[in-house]
Amino acid sequence: MFDFLSRFFKPQGSSETAKERLRLVLLSDHLQLAPDVVEALKYDLIAVISKYVEVDVESCEVTFEQQDRTVLMLANIPIVSMKVRTLDQPAEPEPIVLGEPELEVQPATVTSHAHAAAPRRRRRRRKRLGAGSDNKQHAVTGPLGESSN
Amino acid sequence: MLQPQEIPQEAPGAEPQAAKAAIRGRAIVVTSGKGGVGKTTTTANVGAALAQRGAKVALIDADVGLRNLDIVLGLENRVRYHLLDVLESKVPLDDALVTDKRVATLSLLPAAQSREKDEVDTELMRALVEQLRERFDYVIVDSPAGIEKGFINAVVGAQEAIIVCTPEVSSVRDADRVVGLLGNRFSPQLIVNRVRPGLVKRGKMLSVDDVNGILRLPLLGVLGDEADVIVSTNRGEPVVFDPNSRTGNAYRTIAARIAGDDVPIPAPPAEEGFMGKLGALFRI
Repeated sequence: MFDFLSRFFKPQGSSETAKERLRLVLLSDHLQLAPDVVEALKYDLIAVISKYVEVDVESCEVTFEQQDRTVLMLANIPIVSMKVRTLDQPAEPEPIVLGEPELEVQPATVTSHAHAAAPRRRRRRRKRLGAGSDNKQHAVTGPLGESSN
Repeated sequence: MLQPQEIPQEAPGAEPQAAKAAIRGRAIVVTSGKGGVGKTTTTANVGAALAQRGAKVALIDADVGLRNLDIVLGLENRVRYHLLDVLESKVPLDDALVTDKRVATLSLLPAAQSREKDEVDTELMRALVEQLRERFDYVIVDSPAGIEKGFINAVVGAQEAIIVCTPEVSSVRDADRVVGLLGNRFSPQLIVNRVRPGLVKRGKMLSVDDVNGILRLPLLGVLGDEADVIVSTNRGEPVVFDPNSRTGNAYRTIAARIAGDDVPIPAPPAEEGFMGKLGALFRI
């Protein structure tokens, strides 16, 4: 009865606000990246993927999620079409206009903080690349970064 | 950006002898990051409750410069020497340990009041905790707030950690930071303190699940925001000495769980009766 009446007299609870604010602040604490740098990372990520496939920039979502005590990056990037390229035609990165803010991105300092997003962190990308992806020649070089020999 | 010091690993030459470790007591640090969330009250009551169960318990007040565990326990008039006197070998350990007359198995090593945290040598602190573990079943270290040297010194000798957190954004954030600093050691467990179930129910306070949805630690206990703790601190009598206190009972349950008993965590009592609800209508 009182609970029912209370609803009319008072605005909705603030614990949801607290939860959401905590979620966001801890995300940036764990990544040790400022929120604007996270924003820049999103733009860069979309830009890189746009080199290979045409994406729907408007519908791109890049979010971070806490799973246990690690941070997952989830990218939901709808692909509009494949950019067909032949093997001997190197990728010509097209300038992509994202209307991104010009940010001086400092290299993120990944310290010994146990929960900082380590570079090896598993990243899940929910993008569906066609099976006949044609960019084999751009496969990243070996794990030690040695050039072709 | 502040880069806190690393917590030193095991001392060089520390022998990991299983047989020797088995007879040693457990060293547990009570910490939180944020101040004023109930570390000292928790240390006093968990220590007293374990001692009431018959365990030999040594409490160390590592909050050098802001000594408080003595007054919360009601032992302030019996303090003669302190932690730094012992670390600097000015007095033997036994001269500085204050034995509680209410529970003879409970001892307190008070903090120095007129000294500073930076004066404590980390390796000497580790050695002291080791020494106490030879004689006591539990060595419980009351950590100062913060993540600087005082925190490092409180943590260095411990194998386990209790994180005290209140359902507030600042406390949760700081607890998260501390858990990150502790890393994979110390198997931290969580006590959520000052929960007000009425406020949680009305969506005005983070619930225990909300807090632990973020911190994701094994839950050791939940404590309500109750008047009996204030009264007991006024008197210098830990709530666990009052058999009728609900908070005392919650602390006894926490002690039982630390000791390994498989007992459930009691829910904090709803604090509001009819008048409380009536009042709540017109508040905020």
